[in-house]
This record gives sequence, structure tokens and C-alpha cells, in this order.
Amino acid sequence: MHPWLPFEWIAAIRFLREGRMQSLLIIVGVGVGVSVIVFMSALLSGLQANLLARTLASQAHIVVLPPEDVARPLRPEDGSLLGPLVQKQAQRLRSIDQWQRIRAHFSAMPGIAGVSPVASGPAFAVRGDANKSISLIGIEPEHYVKVIDLASRIADGRLRVNAGEAVIGIELAKDLGAGVGDKLRIGAADGATDTFLITGLFDLGSKSVNARNVYVSLRSAQSLLDLVGGVSSLDLALHDIYAAETLAQRIAAETGLQADSWIRTNAQFFTALSSQSVSSNVIRFSVGLSVAFGIASVLVVSVVQRSREIGILRAMGATRGQMLRTFLLQGGVVGLLGSLLGSALAWLFLSLWQLFARNPDGTPMFMISVEPALIGIAAGGATVVGILAALIPARRAAALDPVVAIRG
Amino acid sequence: MAETVAPPCPVLALEGVRKTYRSDAGIETEVLHGIDLRLARGEFAALIGPSGSGKSTLLNLIGLLDRPRAGSLSLDGQATAGLDDDALARLRGQRIGFVFQFHHLIPAFSALENVMMPMLIERGRPDAAMRERAAGLLEQVGLSAQCDSRPGQLSGGQQQRVAIARALAMRPALVLADEPTGNLDTRTADGIFALLREVNLAFATSFLIVTHDPRLAARCDRIVELVDGSIVADGPPA
Repeated sequence: MHPWLPFEWIAAIRFLREGRMQSLLIIVGVGVGVSVIVFMSALLSGLQANLLARTLASQAHIVVLPPEDVARPLRPEDGSLLGPLVQKQAQRLRSIDQWQRIRAHFSAMPGIAGVSPVASGPAFAVRGDANKSISLIGIEPEHYVKVIDLASRIADGRLRVNAGEAVIGIELAKDLGAGVGDKLRIGAADGATDTFLITGLFDLGSKSVNARNVYVSLRSAQSLLDLVGGVSSLDLALHDIYAAETLAQRIAAETGLQADSWIRTNAQFFTALSSQSVSSNVIRFSVGLSVAFGIASVLVVSVVQRSREIGILRAMGATRGQMLRTFLLQGGVVGLLGSLLGSALAWLFLSLWQLFARNPDGTPMFMISVEPALIGIAAGGATVVGILAALIPARRAAALDPVVAIRG
Repeated sequence: MAETVAPPCPVLALEGVRKTYRSDAGIETEVLHGIDLRLARGEFAALIGPSGSGKSTLLNLIGLLDRPRAGSLSLDGQATAGLDDDALARLRGQRIGFVFQFHHLIPAFSALENVMMPMLIERGRPDAAMRERAAGLLEQVGLSAQCDSRPGQLSGGQQQRVAIARALAMRPALVLADEPTGNLDTRTADGIFALLREVNLAFATSFLIVTHDPRLAARCDRIVELVDGSIVADGPPA
């Protein structure tokens, strides 16, 4: 008997230790349940983080664009319509009005981690006889890397776009047979052309992006695309990517500009992620529930088995509250021990998974780690579930009539 | 009943205590019909009577494990009528020691821990004084060598000695013993009885002993005989 333990703890632990086999089996049962929950959670968050990282590697969280040109029907003074048939207007490349002011406004907004002005438009890359349609993107690299981590995706050369320099994707480089140090001619749709030196090759993980995007300095793009002094969009990076849609709507309402969040742009992908989360929550909830029922059923049996001992303790002065707490504690202890075992099992499963789930080239499919917070949540959650599960048996123990219990 | 000279504050005083049981069919049967009983400090009384006479029911009422249907019951001067379950439990723990026929030690705890249990329940946490008192009591019942044994490792007589030590842990005013020797052979039974008597004399603890054994009852100071729920005889052994 530890001198610092109260009576309820001593009795709870002794009862659990005395029913050795029973306690062991239910703790293992809880452990298996918790391991499924922890394993699934870690796997899923790893998978989603990986998918998100791949998806967002070449996309800004929010892209702010100038408002669309809208054709309006002509209305003379008297309110009648002159031209009631209105054709949708073709959208030309335009700059965001007063973008420097808006950019400063965004920089000061909480939740926004980075703002990058971008001047982009369609163009052709020409080298010898090869002629590829590209997306010409003018950037300020020091700001752009806060939105899209281009710097760490450079496969060859470096990220440097001074005047007359360009960084292109590895796919385009292959198509054009060009490499770092080669020259490239870029022509805009209206005929303006310029020659660039390739300073770096990037790999953003997507074949189409690697074949289309050509990064040049903001000024070069502005002059080629006839956007002098202007930008076609402001790309934003956020601290919380899931706040993108609400923030985009706020920005649209505040500035009158068009703001597209990655959630809207990748609606299907996002729906897939959410439904995956929902289904995994359903599974985790069901496993949690069956763990709770397991604990409850073992403790119900234990109360019946120990009813005589409960009666004796009551005869010696133990109150109903003391008996209630003794059995609640047993539930909590089973939950806690089970969750620790479960976390260890989950860690084992994940290690095995990392060992066997590999890409065709032998690299791990994606990295997953069991975060200490997840184990903490699992342990806390299982303890609470254990206590809740013990509620019914503990109330039965407390309600036992000592006269009947002692007589057995 | 014989009106003995009652001390100002008897250990136990029952007046007009009735108890009824309701059968599953809803028929109420009265099993105790107005019991009056007083027990003075240091008295050593036997409660006898045939099976079904209401002995166990009376013992449960006196032990505060059950509540009477009518009448009053006071323990060590304290009336029990208005007390809630927790207050009854505490009073029971402090004032009454139980010795059951089948020992009823808790198998998960050692002999020493079983003796400590009433003190532990009362005070919440174990301490050195508790341990010391429990060890002293075990020594008194002749079991200092068996302190760390589990109940399963002890003989019937030894278990009953541990149970007696446990009943004395809180220095109760009254020890209720339900067939304390019913399960033991004659020699062991004699030893246990002698121990109860010794405790009675040493600490002036009152005893109420339910027994079927006329030989044992004859060795008590007083015999209360219960038949069909009423006290039919009360006095010193013939």
C-alpha cells in the first residue's frame, strides 16, 4: 500500500491486479482498439498532409484577380431597355487597380503569411524549331517563395530571375532540349519577343506545371505582356490553409476583387479529403464505442464477482461514493493502460507500414509520424472513455445493498 | 424483558423496533415485532434462536446495514433515525465491528491490510500509525508472523482471528459477531471464543454474538432468545 494513495485508488488497483486474466484481456482489447484509432489518425493525417503538400506545391492558397469585365444592358433615363440581349464579354488581361495599396493592405492582414504580386499570361517559348506554348509568370522571387516554395524545388541551377533571366520547368527543358546556361526566346501573343538566359530548372512535382510554367522577373513579364507597372494577380499564402475560403470571401467583399481560394479551385479534391475525414471519424467513433462497451462489460462482471467484498467494505464503513469512485477508477486505469499499449502497437504498425509501403523507386511512399500530441489525446480520450464506460457498473456497485451482498 | 439497571448511556438501545419484508407477490410479512433491547458498555451477550426467528435481520438492523420499519435505534447515545446512508456508513465504521461466520476477509489484500481497511476507509489514506495499530492487533490475536499472508494462505481459525483484529481496528463500542465459530472445529472455536472474551475484558467492548451453539451461549454473561420475531427470554445463562 503506497502511503500517498487514497483508499479508492488502492482498492481499484488491487481489484484489477487480483482479476489478473480479466484485466489483462480487457487492457489488450482496449490497446488493439486504441492502436487502430492512433494508426488510422496518423496514417490519414500523413496521407492528407502529403496530398495537400503535393496539391499546394504549385498553387497559391488564395489568388486575387481583377474583377471580371461585365457587359451591362443599356438603360436610358426612362428605365426601358435598349439592348436587352447581352453577350458575355471576353476577358482581357488586365492589371489590378492600385495593386500596391492592396498589397500593403494584405500584408497587414492577420492570417496572411505572404503576398506576392504576379504578372502572368500566355506566351510561346521558342528554341530553334521547337515552339511550346507556356505560361509566362513574372515574379519577385523574394516574395514569391513565401507563397510557393520554388527555392527548394530547384532541380538544377538556381532561382535567379534578374532582367533577361528565366527559370523553367524540367519538362519544358526536356521538350526544348535546353539546360541551364542556354538561351530561350519567349514571344507574347501580340508579337512582342524577348530572349532569356535559363538560370535554373525547377521540379514542382506536377508534369503539366513543369512543362508550362516559365518564371521571369516581374518587370520582364510586365513589358512582354503589355502590363507595364501592373500585375495580373496577387498570390497569397495563409497560416491556416483551411481558412482560405472564408478569407477569400472576405477579401472579395472588402476589395471588390475576385478572390479564388485553393479550396474552390480544387473543389473535388477538397470534397474527397473531407469525406475521407468523415468516414475515418465514423470508424474511429465505432472503435471507441466498442472499446467502451468492452470495458463496461468486464466491469459489470467484476461488480457481480466482487459483490461480497463490496458488501464487506460497506459494512466496514465505506460509503456509496467510495465504492462508486473505486469502480470509476478501474475504468479509467484500464483505459489509460490500454491506450499506452495501443500507442505502442500503433507505433509498431506505422514502422512496419513505412518499411513495406514504398514507391516503385524504393523511396517511402510518404512520411508519417506519431506525434506526441496524438498519443496524449489517445491516452486522455481512452481514460475518459474508460471512466464513462465504468459509470453503469460503478453505480451498480454503489447501489448494492450490503445485507444482500454479504449474504452472497 | 428484564429491566436491568441501565447505565446513563447504553451502547445500544432499541425501542419498539419492527421490520417487515415484502415478498415478490407484494405481501408484507413482519419478521420483527417490536423489539426492545439495551446493551450496556462491556456487556457480553449471546443472541440465540431457531433459524428464521429473525436473528440475522436484527443483527443487520443493529449493524446499521438496514433500517427498521418502525421504532428507534440508538448507538452509543446517537439516534440513527434521521441519518442518511453516508452518515450511517461512517457511524457503522467508527462504532461497530463485524465478525462474520465466513470470515469475509478481502482476498486481494494481506492480513495486515485487511486489518487496516476500516481505518483506511475512515481516514482516506494509509499512514504509519494505521500500520502500527494493525500490526499490534495481529500480534494480540497471535498472528504477527502472518502479517503479509493473503487470506487464502491462512487456516479458517487464523482467518477468523484476522477478522476479529479487523473488527477491533476502530476501537468500536460494539462488536457484532454472526456465528463467529460456526465454521470451525471445536478446539479452534474455543480459542476464538476465548479471544473474544479476552478483548471484551481488556477494552470493555460490548459484544453481541449470534450463535446456534448452546455450549457457547452458556459462557456469555447474558442470553437473549428470539423466537418468531419476538424476544421470549433475556437473562443470565441458567
